[in-house]
Amino acid sequence: MLKQPYAIEVNNLTKEFQGKLAVDNISLQIKEGEIYSFLGPNGAGKSTTIKMLITLLQADSGQGNIQGYDLLKDTDTIRLLIGVALQEASLDEAQTGLQFLKLQGRLYGLTKDQIQQRIQELTPLIDIGDALGKPIKTYSGGMKRRLDLAASIIHNPKILFLDEPTTGLDPINRSKVWTEIKRLNQELGMTIFLTTQYLEEADQLANRVGIICDGRIVAEDTPEELKKSIGEDLIILHVRSKTAQAKKIISALPVVSKVEEVKDKLVISTKSSSEAIGQVTQSLNKHNLDIVTLTMRETTLDDVFLAVTGNYLETE
Amino acid sequence: MSSNSLNLNPRPAGFFADLFSMAGRSIRAMLREPEYLIPSIIIPVFFFAVNVGSLEAVGQNIGTRDFKAFQLPVAIVLAVTGISRATALVTDIQSGYFDRLLVSPMNRFALLLGLMMADLVLVLTLSTLVVLMGLIVGVEFVTGLGGVLAFLAFAGMWGLVFTGFPYAIALKTGSTAAVSASFLLFFPFSFLTTAYVPQEFLSGWLSTVADYNPVTYLLAGLRGLISDGWDVEQLSYMFGAIALVGLVSFSLAFGALVGRLKKR
Repeated sequence: MLKQPYAIEVNNLTKEFQGKLAVDNISLQIKEGEIYSFLGPNGAGKSTTIKMLITLLQADSGQGNIQGYDLLKDTDTIRLLIGVALQEASLDEAQTGLQFLKLQGRLYGLTKDQIQQRIQELTPLIDIGDALGKPIKTYSGGMKRRLDLAASIIHNPKILFLDEPTTGLDPINRSKVWTEIKRLNQELGMTIFLTTQYLEEADQLANRVGIICDGRIVAEDTPEELKKSIGEDLIILHVRSKTAQAKKIISALPVVSKVEEVKDKLVISTKSSSEAIGQVTQSLNKHNLDIVTLTMRETTLDDVFLAVTGNYLETE
Repeated sequence: MSSNSLNLNPRPAGFFADLFSMAGRSIRAMLREPEYLIPSIIIPVFFFAVNVGSLEAVGQNIGTRDFKAFQLPVAIVLAVTGISRATALVTDIQSGYFDRLLVSPMNRFALLLGLMMADLVLVLTLSTLVVLMGLIVGVEFVTGLGGVLAFLAFAGMWGLVFTGFPYAIALKTGSTAAVSASFLLFFPFSFLTTAYVPQEFLSGWLSTVADYNPVTYLLAGLRGLISDGWDVEQLSYMFGAIALVGLVSFSLAFGALVGRLKKR
């Protein structure tokens, strides 16, 4: 077949559960070799979308293809092309890690030698030494996650789907998984579609980020472009009391373009933070409003998330 | 990690490879949990000992020449009815491992048949142990070694077809509690029949229920192999009863599998 321009291409995917739209008219074009991240809170529609892309769930409407193979008609071929690590490490905990990987290899028709070779190649990723011969139920959360990732790539898939691959992991294990995701992409050219609720993860890993909220993609671009789209410096202000009054005062300053109240803080957007800080402090002092903290910082994806959804991203 | 295995050429392993992979996994799981087998061994031995000990004299008054031979098929039914890996299947569903299998290219029917194949191995092992117990206490097969093998084969078939019910419940509900409740099916099948006395001594509603209970024909067939010889009619009824239960239970189980595979 002709080489497809996109590794993943879907148009207007929609899925409804009991009258509630879980995925609302989503369209995606993901190039081969790209790391694409879906960023959004729990219940945003990330897992539902991924389940439709990996043939576990059928869309109510819309269409899509994986490397040119139709999501509805070519499911058998698609399953050979993809690797999947779902949100919860989906392991058979009664088996040993070694038995689990061997079985996984056999399901993809690999020979004994190929399976042995792949287990040797994956050993540095799994990084659990002799524990590979012990039952999975004795593993820590990090060990299970790494084994799950290893199992999902035992057949060297063209496209890897990772549903919140580091949720619940400590920083060290998170970093190991990130390193491996980057390596798979850079060395093997694997296309990677990952969902996450961690801003840093999307920022660190993804070539492009799609921000998903209430089943819809509300913004999509490279992390840098998304941040640039905010176009302004940010000042985070915490006043001791009378936050609403402070907001009103600051909003009236010409140097300030926007003030958002988020929880007990004010997020001030400005073209010039150095100029704005002086004016903000002066006007608050004039009205006897005490400043608890005032910080200036670069735009983050969280600010982008706030700008496009009206809320900061809350993670568990 | 090196990148020298880019061209692994993954492909579907094929139905039989998947079947043996799934069965092997289940058998390994059973071997890891030998305690799982203890009730299945103790219950038939216990009932055999109690029934023979308490009812042997009564049995001789109601025309059963050898009450041990009369009770051995009951012990088999108690040993193998309801044996399955359905709770393990529920664990797979709940843990997400079932979904992992579904996103692999494995044959969907091998997923369930592999479990059943492992159950068959277990059922045949249990049946062999029960038959050995019978031989040790003096039960003799008039049909000889061929009869013993046929006895085991029919016991295996019965155990296998009955697994369809708990698997249907496991696939339909994904609930361990519901699968455990399916054990209740065991009681009417096993006791509303000729477990203690020949059919002509049953009366009233129990006699009517026993007429429709396939276990009645299973017990008659198995007892025939021990005591009467090769009675083709009796064996045909036994086979028919097993096939009928198999048709119902496998339809339910594979229907539930297809239902779960439907992409919600």
